[in-house]
Amino acid sequence: MRLAFVCAALAVPVIASAQELPVGGQLAASCAMCHGTGGRSAGGNEPLAGMPKEELIRKFTEFRSGAKPATVMHQIAKGYTDPQLNLIAEYFSAQKK
Amino acid sequence: MKRIVDRRSFLKLAGAATALAAGGCAGFGSQAKARVVVIGAGFGGATAAKYIRMWDPGIEVIVVERESGFVSCPMSNLVLGGSKSMDELRRGYDGLRRHGVQVVADQATGVDAAKRVVRLARGGDLAYDRLIVSPGIDFLFNDIQGFQAAMDAGTVLHAWKAGPQTVALRKQLEGMRDGGVYVLSIPLAPYRCPPGPYERASQVASYFKKAKPRSKVLVLDANPDVTSKGPLFKRAWAELYPGMLEYRGGAKAIGVDARSNTLKLENEDVKGDVLNVLPPQRAGDIAVQAGLITANNRWCGVDWRSMESVAVKGVHVLGDATLSAPLMPKSASMANQQAKTCAAAVVALVNGRQPDPEPKIVNTCYSYVSDNEVIHVASVHHWNEKEKTLTTVPGSGGVSAARNELEAKYAWSWAQNIWNDAFA
Repeated sequence: MRLAFVCAALAVPVIASAQELPVGGQLAASCAMCHGTGGRSAGGNEPLAGMPKEELIRKFTEFRSGAKPATVMHQIAKGYTDPQLNLIAEYFSAQKK
Repeated sequence: MKRIVDRRSFLKLAGAATALAAGGCAGFGSQAKARVVVIGAGFGGATAAKYIRMWDPGIEVIVVERESGFVSCPMSNLVLGGSKSMDELRRGYDGLRRHGVQVVADQATGVDAAKRVVRLARGGDLAYDRLIVSPGIDFLFNDIQGFQAAMDAGTVLHAWKAGPQTVALRKQLEGMRDGGVYVLSIPLAPYRCPPGPYERASQVASYFKKAKPRSKVLVLDANPDVTSKGPLFKRAWAELYPGMLEYRGGAKAIGVDARSNTLKLENEDVKGDVLNVLPPQRAGDIAVQAGLITANNRWCGVDWRSMESVAVKGVHVLGDATLSAPLMPKSASMANQQAKTCAAAVVALVNGRQPDPEPKIVNTCYSYVSDNEVIHVASVHHWNEKEKTLTTVPGSGGVSAARNELEAKYAWSWAQNIWNDAFA
């Protein structure tokens, strides 16, 4: 009985093998607190999952330059470099909506 | 419950906690490559647990949490203001279980870092390969003479951990006579949620304005001035609650007398109808017991690239319990972000890789100055190799241009998403 429990409890990890974080995953994870895990927002803040990479980059760079009005994103966008933005955009564009 | 007891009995029976830690229970047919134990299922602990499982399902994750459910501190001031209910702040742990996280309903009472074992209140040890301690804060009650007795009697509350005290403080406000005085005492920084007390003052004033318009809010701040979003809060107070909300800086509470409803400051006594005292704070008790405190007997120093304790190897610390980096608030957002830095580092280390040497994290804190207008402060923090800590990225971050209703929508969305990010 006891053994059965231990094995049941540990059954889930058995399937798994070594897993790499998706590219950009750690950087993009920062966005999730406002935009939802994997960019799947509960509503209100814009969902990012599945948004085309070019659109993500365009919006972000327009926030950064001030071309696109924002409440907070212009302040956050200024904290990221182009290569970082590229990784983040690549990650979200590959996520299921 | 029976499952947990059985599990513990087994661990005790086997007497092989360290063997379990080293072998990941391999002797019993499992191939879990490591076991991570997480103490505390708040914004830090729950998020870290979920993300470790998302990023490497080969790692066994066990969360130890003494509460039966989560109640959010962010948004709990809105319960005091009357625009939200307690039920809107609650989340359960089933979402974590769906990610394969095991949730153990118990309290961690100690850590033996040499044996890599967490001791549990109900008996039994839990072995780990890596431990994540996300205990939040506990209070230095003795710094305010008479507070503990007054709190135990239910007369003077802090309500700085959302839950029964939030409900009780709301009842005190509802029961207060029109024309009464609500006194809010704020401790010296650092404390949990820098703008939180000023949001609370705003929320209570918002409630008084509608329900008890002759009443007063008196804010007695041990700090010399408002510690976060000062100009925005002061403008909101002047325009929304003129004559109702009074702010005094440099007013440090040293005691309370519950019988006369008096707050004792260093140089004077102040009477009120409802006294709400936020005592000074430190990292949660388990951080003390685990030897993780490194600064001022209060906070836990960490390496911000992995969130690993600078005092105890193999133990990571998250959230409000950490010795904050420069300009970093003790906020839910920061705990959420630190949790991901930690999860990524743990996954890397378990798989024989090095953690990301240059993590970058974001803070966004929203405060409701009325029931429908919000202000924010935001910052982006990156690794600074020269200073060996996280510092803000030059040119990034800032505050709202002015209070506005649009950000009330974004703030509530932030709450839904950060709750989901931890618990769904």
